[in-house]
Amino acid sequence: MDFKDTPEEAAYRQQVREWLAANAPKKREGEPDPLGESSDGLAASKAWQAKKAAAGYACITWPKEWGGQGGNPIQQVIFGQEESAFPTPGNPFQIGLGMCVPTVMTFADEDTKKRFVGPAIRGEEIWCQLFSEPSGGSDVAGARTRAERAPDGSGDWIINGQKVWTTGAQFSDFGIVICRTNPDAPKHKGMTMFWIDMKDPGVEVRPIHQMSGGSGFNEVFFTDLRVKDSQRLGAVDDGWRVSLVTLMNERLAVGGASGAGWSAFLESARQTPGLDGGAAIKDQALREKLADWYVQAEGLKHTRNRTMTALSKGETPGPESSIGKIISAVQMQELANSAVEMLDQYGIINDPSLAPLRGAFQASLMSAPGMRIAGGTDEILRNIIAERVLGLPGDIRVDKDVAFKDLPTGR
Amino acid sequence: MNFDFSDDQKFLKNEARKFLEAQCPTSRVRKVLDEDAKSFDEDLWKAVGEQGWLGAAIPEEYNGLGLGRLELCVIAEELGRAVAPIPFASTVYFLAEGIMLAGSDEQKAYLLPRIAAGEVIGAMAVSEGPGVTTASTLQATVEGGKLNGVKLPVTDGDIATVALVLAKENGKPGLYLADLTDPSATCEALKTLDPTRDAARLTFKDAPVRRLGEIGQGFELLEQINDRAAVLLAFEQCGGADRCLEMAKAYALERYAFGRVIGSYQAIKHKLADIYVKNELARSNAYYGAWALNTDAPELPVAASAARIAGSEAYWFASKENIQTHGGIGFTWEMDCHLHYRRSRQLSLVAGAPRVWKERLVSQLERRNAAA
Repeated sequence: MDFKDTPEEAAYRQQVREWLAANAPKKREGEPDPLGESSDGLAASKAWQAKKAAAGYACITWPKEWGGQGGNPIQQVIFGQEESAFPTPGNPFQIGLGMCVPTVMTFADEDTKKRFVGPAIRGEEIWCQLFSEPSGGSDVAGARTRAERAPDGSGDWIINGQKVWTTGAQFSDFGIVICRTNPDAPKHKGMTMFWIDMKDPGVEVRPIHQMSGGSGFNEVFFTDLRVKDSQRLGAVDDGWRVSLVTLMNERLAVGGASGAGWSAFLESARQTPGLDGGAAIKDQALREKLADWYVQAEGLKHTRNRTMTALSKGETPGPESSIGKIISAVQMQELANSAVEMLDQYGIINDPSLAPLRGAFQASLMSAPGMRIAGGTDEILRNIIAERVLGLPGDIRVDKDVAFKDLPTGR
Repeated sequence: MNFDFSDDQKFLKNEARKFLEAQCPTSRVRKVLDEDAKSFDEDLWKAVGEQGWLGAAIPEEYNGLGLGRLELCVIAEELGRAVAPIPFASTVYFLAEGIMLAGSDEQKAYLLPRIAAGEVIGAMAVSEGPGVTTASTLQATVEGGKLNGVKLPVTDGDIATVALVLAKENGKPGLYLADLTDPSATCEALKTLDPTRDAARLTFKDAPVRRLGEIGQGFELLEQINDRAAVLLAFEQCGGADRCLEMAKAYALERYAFGRVIGSYQAIKHKLADIYVKNELARSNAYYGAWALNTDAPELPVAASAARIAGSEAYWFASKENIQTHGGIGFTWEMDCHLHYRRSRQLSLVAGAPRVWKERLVSQLERRNAAA
């Protein structure tokens, strides 16, 4: 048991370090967004992506013929670790390269793949994933956005409806969208996946004003959006199976919540007056909480080390990697709230020029509710652990064998 | 990155599991639970000694197997899983580790081979009454090589032959080795929350003792021994907590209520998912503790604290929610759920309660932060 690279890993790390030292930016452009959806410095992001792509670092595990390096997952992890030491610009390509383009590569014809994979990997074109709808976030198979055959017999499809919580739609060039094609079939059996041009006049992107004040996500409206049958990914009405491929590729891409953590809390508690005029860190209740957060954060860190070890040995990581966001999102919220309460009446101030750590805890507090929902709610993640890790039965589904059009819909 | 046990260590773990499944089913644990006169499972203790486990981490020059602490960690996990009713922790994690840490050559040469051979049972005698034992509350006194005082509770104190005793000498705390077979030491068994791991009141009257380390070092040594023990106890806690999750899951899949298995209700699914999450956090922290223990890293005090806090929380949560998942049947004496509920309390308290470790952890983080 140790934390050392194997000789091959060490050699790869050295090669990555040298390349980064020669090529990575030394100064950050734009502020990083805790939710990672900022479009700040899009040009810088694209330039950095192009550099990585030219050197084979953009999608390390992809085959060389598609612009990858034919590398293994541990090399991808090593590159990520080393890259994080540099002030690289935001990465708006993750969803496209992590989920959408692999779906295109699995289901599209050769010409389509040739058309899209290169520009995507080089950062010239950005992709977004259009799954969630106002009527269902966790329940993706409840999609109501309709795709119907054009009445002119051309075989084209006409899409109408609305998607929501679409990360990066405002600067995306293309997207994959799951649509209802057969409302007479049960929900999972009547959906079809398409790729679409986000710049088509039939697509309207409106930013969502989040409770945190930012606008990283969007609503996307489709009004008589016409797409060719060749834009279909997978068979008609087989979109659910296609979406599973998309979401499967999400697994290694999912990260934990960030934001101000235990060490920021400790730092702040040493400098804030507490109950008896001494520092707040002397407060036993805060000390116990701090210990718990540290232990959780260390637990997650070393769980990642266990996952990396499995990758390093060429094994499939165990299910332990699924615990990350359940812990980190809740901790982000609780820690931020305790940090704000520690300030007593002053905690209400949300002005970076007055609040400690330039308002980092207030920012965490206001974005934490989103972290507990995005990419799988706390509740859905618990279901996933219970069902896929522990093997407990799936929830009883009252909607499984009913025609989609006959499902009760509520408001 | 190689943050995992080796294939050999995993093999040992697997062998230990098979051995304990055969030698330590809960029916054997219950004999110790149900019979007041029985303090531990002597046959299992002998069998464990024959496996070489008592001397797993003791160097070969002292007749041990000379394996590392990582081997001890995998054994500990299996002992925890089996709720083994033997004085393994007292003898191996506390006494043997204490001797290897601070013993003189003579103490090592005398005690380590005897521990490895199963001829010595150890005990750690620190507590003297309710609450945390500190330099200001410590009463036991050594004068002219003779110990006087009362210690309670001392886990395995009624069966131990050698105890490590915290006492003052010239007003300064030290750790002392006492021979419990000497008539100057008397013991009285106590009723405990976990009767599968008995405890006693030890009374010393002019008991001859030998000091471990220097005068005044008592609490420092105790902390170092506790750090080592904490990592190993954390593996026992992981083993017990995982067993609780297995029991809860098995029951949730066979018990029907309202026309379907209870494991299909989210109230139960989410509860079991929460147990799983805590167990994995405990395991990852325990692994880091194992690394720090095995390499004697400067990170050991922080790593051991985190392992102990996470292990205590996980086993407590898993043991109580396992009973809850079982419902009424889980509250009966006949079901094994309470064996874990009891053991989780024993393991959380034996080397100091979690809140003491939390305070210790935060003090260290504070020092690190101030130095940075």
